[in-house]
Amino acid sequence: MNIIKFLDEFTTESLTSKNSSRREMFGTFGSLSKKAALAAIPFGLATASSKSRAATTMAFQSDTVTPALQLALTLEYLEAEFYLKALNSGVLAGTPKAEGIYMQISKHETAHVEFLKTALAGDSIESPTFDFTVGGMFDPFAENGTDQATAYAQLLALAQAFEDTGVRAYKGQAGNLMGSPAVLTAALQIHSVEARHASEIRRLRDLDGWITANERGMGMPEATQAVYDGEENVMQGGLDVTTLGSGNPFSVTSSTQAYDEPMSGDTAVSIASLFIVS
Amino acid sequence: MKNNEIKVLTPTPSGKNRRQFLKISGMAIAGSGLLLACNDDDDSGNVMPPAATFDLGAGDLGVLNYAYALEQLEAAFYTNVLDGSYWAGAEAKEKKILEDLYNHEINHREFFKAALSANFSADVVLPSTLEFNFADIDFNDRDSVLSTAQLLEDTGVSAYNGAGKLIETVDYLVIAGKIVSIEARHAAAIRSIRGAETDDYAYFAGDDVITASTGLDAALDPSKVIAAAGGFFVTPFTANMLP
Repeated sequence: MNIIKFLDEFTTESLTSKNSSRREMFGTFGSLSKKAALAAIPFGLATASSKSRAATTMAFQSDTVTPALQLALTLEYLEAEFYLKALNSGVLAGTPKAEGIYMQISKHETAHVEFLKTALAGDSIESPTFDFTVGGMFDPFAENGTDQATAYAQLLALAQAFEDTGVRAYKGQAGNLMGSPAVLTAALQIHSVEARHASEIRRLRDLDGWITANERGMGMPEATQAVYDGEENVMQGGLDVTTLGSGNPFSVTSSTQAYDEPMSGDTAVSIASLFIVS
Repeated sequence: MKNNEIKVLTPTPSGKNRRQFLKISGMAIAGSGLLLACNDDDDSGNVMPPAATFDLGAGDLGVLNYAYALEQLEAAFYTNVLDGSYWAGAEAKEKKILEDLYNHEINHREFFKAALSANFSADVVLPSTLEFNFADIDFNDRDSVLSTAQLLEDTGVSAYNGAGKLIETVDYLVIAGKIVSIEARHAAAIRSIRGAETDDYAYFAGDDVITASTGLDAALDPSKVIAAAGGFFVTPFTANMLP
């Protein structure tokens, strides 16, 4: 299956109101800011759409499981290629800790690709062609003359964005997998690995391992803000968790750190598409 | 996974444990038909109602009670950590990480308490007063604290991963998802501290916990988790309606 066709058909939303802007986004490769604006889909849509999808999960489980796993595979393709290129780039030379972390993550992402391809079998999709420079805006592999320190910083920033996106994207698909317990469990087992990765990459960038409010964190490009929008939520299951007690555990800081928020398939696709050429 | 696993305290029908246990389970006995669980003790003229261990229940209730038990355990652990001399004198980054973990787990604990009481009658909600046995942990010792923290966080991840399929309502599944990734972020943070001691930069998601060939984290059924963490629980409870 062609990746663009898959991305285009991923959600019902993409077939309706935002259809034309989505086609425009895939069809052209304009400025990053333009694409980032398109990526900024309101968080509220995620909740509404995942609920309505979940309502039909039992009756039409194959209709929700396959697209959910195809989205997951797309994100895993992106991550797997990114870490392999990072390790081959030489940018991590001389930083054994970063290199060791990237090697372990690379191993997992490559395994996730194979796992999902096997799970999808005949419904699997081929890898998109990625452009990790986003049209020349970044040079994380120092292929275009960027100095090593800058490339290293971009390499870490992109890894953080990919991992934090992965955590949210898997979470956003959980409802679509409810009718298939084995698939749901496997997806959760990948999801928590992405969270371990995210935590470690963030510390490598001198950030906390967890996300405070919707802060993308020091040194993260503004274009990555879509990864963090919605993380400021303090309402869990209809309860404002800042009101459940007093003191530091119930501050807005702690209350947003303590819960990772899901991301809609639409938003995940928009973020991934920044790096997809074809 | 060394000292602290698999030391289940069996509830005894007499003495101190029985008294604690009756205090805890009184409400459950009154409301959930467990009076049927009579035993031979009653024939000897015992006027006390028969002991019925609190059961976590089935379905969403069972999973939420189960999560509440684990969050009570984690919160109690980090409360002790912050009272210990290791934490008081710890290096700044370590100290901050453990303080954050304390804050998050207290928040999780109170969330489950509130969510359970908002959605279920009090007699089927796990009491908020679970007691724990941390006798094997030296809260003044760095390695004792960090190795236990790692055990608890890794166990938490495997518990939520294994419980996801038992959840019936999508909103609860998503909330469990919101929390499990935080437990995983915690686990990586603690593992990162410990791995640094031996320059094991892969330890944050080491091959001892993530299956290398599949890249999958652990997922365990409640019965396995309760058996593994059972040594920490003084207040007895059962999970007879969960796998």
